[in-house]
Amino acid sequence: MTPSPRTAVLLRRIAPPLAVLLLWQYLVQQFGIGDGFVPAPTEVVLALETWIFGEPSRYSGTWLTSLTDSALRVAAGFFAALIIGAPLGILIGRSKVASDLLDPILQLLRPIPTASWIPFCLIFFGIGSSAAVALVAVGAFFPIVLNATAGARHISTLHLRSARMLDATRLQILWRVVLPAALPSLLVGARIALGLAWMLVVISEMVAVKSGIGYELWDAYYYNRMDVVVAAMATVGLFGYLSDLAVRLVVRKYLFWHVDTGK
Amino acid sequence: MVNTVNASNTAHAAAGIVVRNLRKVYRDATGDVVAIDGLDLNIHAGEFLCILGPSGCGKSSLLNILAGFEAPTSGSALLNDKPITGPSRLQGVVFQDTAALFPWLSVQDHVAFGLKNTPLSANEKKEKVRSTLALVGLQDFAEKWPHQLSGGMRQLVSIARVLVTDSRVLLMDEPFAALDAMTRQRMQKKLIEIWQATRITVMLITHSVDEAIYLSNRTLVFTKRPASIAVEIPVDMAHPRVVTDPEFNRLKSIALTHLGF
Repeated sequence: MTPSPRTAVLLRRIAPPLAVLLLWQYLVQQFGIGDGFVPAPTEVVLALETWIFGEPSRYSGTWLTSLTDSALRVAAGFFAALIIGAPLGILIGRSKVASDLLDPILQLLRPIPTASWIPFCLIFFGIGSSAAVALVAVGAFFPIVLNATAGARHISTLHLRSARMLDATRLQILWRVVLPAALPSLLVGARIALGLAWMLVVISEMVAVKSGIGYELWDAYYYNRMDVVVAAMATVGLFGYLSDLAVRLVVRKYLFWHVDTGK
Repeated sequence: MVNTVNASNTAHAAAGIVVRNLRKVYRDATGDVVAIDGLDLNIHAGEFLCILGPSGCGKSSLLNILAGFEAPTSGSALLNDKPITGPSRLQGVVFQDTAALFPWLSVQDHVAFGLKNTPLSANEKKEKVRSTLALVGLQDFAEKWPHQLSGGMRQLVSIARVLVTDSRVLLMDEPFAALDAMTRQRMQKKLIEIWQATRITVMLITHSVDEAIYLSNRTLVFTKRPASIAVEIPVDMAHPRVVTDPEFNRLKSIALTHLGF
């Protein structure tokens, strides 16, 4: 029996990660690769199970709380960056004056690695959640503002002329022409920003916050609980993937008209 | 219902354009390019005028000035005796490129766009959108998006979004150039129907001699840049016109001669 093309595709996609997991399990179990510092996949699954469902204790039953803490910081930082970055980017893209005033500052600040803002986040916000939110917001801000700028800068002359000949006001042009035309680029920026947000929340929780997945990950490392470290890595990876999927669903819903991204 | 349609049709009170001693100079790195030099031109109310001319002869500059997108270097362009100072609902443009449609708006939202700042009630607007879509034959495509339409249909949307505003003048810049020959003929027929129903003043720029003679009351053949009128060809034939008619061919050959063929 030959499998249908669909099954074949599914197999092709599932087989490699499965093979990697099996090889990893085999190497650790048979040869003790990693001198006991590398947990086998089965150990990670057990650690994750205890972390999620166990009685409240260290690395036990605290998974959901930590995940919620981290996810809320990601969301708060991301939306703060979106609310400030999207309008600012559109302003820079549409106004020569705003571009001359603000673009050089952004271009100078942009190459600074976001993590190097951690000292200032701590000085201004102290050890705690708001420092993490601030760091996420700083990191997410740049891809959003830069992509919004790019989107707003390249509005077709034909679209602007069409709107003007139909007597649209400046505000109507902004809302009904510039914003939708900039949206595909803006959402590309939002996707990049969200990926960065998960990375930055973990970094900030490692050094600046006493809660969240990143905190537990770093704490587990100090206690040599590498199974928990890997479980935390897998958790962040999974939820980073899920939030990217959410943005893609938004894109599919609102950009169905955009032939390049709507499909 | 019938009254509303009539009302919307009579609302297209035709208007004329008067161009006097018009000059347009573009400045670029290599120096000045004179696109139009001392052009005089009348477009009569309700007339269908076609302009034929070689590429880069300044036809599009003229259209952009009449649309209010560009200002003349000197001379005047009047619409209804008033200088054209910028784009407005009075004169609408159908661009060659259907990318001028907004990909994020449905067909009916395109047509409703020009009614945003009118004092009409929501119901009146709806009725107006409906009757305009019926006029161009897109009543069954109101809820489609541009990417779902053929090139010909997209140009009908471009026409409808101008007509809905009771525009007095329709400026068309090679509107059917990108269409295949069959679609092009269907669109020309449709455009004549629309013009006959609305008696809107039309200025249509084209490279096709057949198209100009088929559509217009009067065709102007432009010279090479800077644009001036090489010949004026009145077309006094009833619609629907037959492209193999002797009179049609006679007019065609006049145009071709002046285009240098």
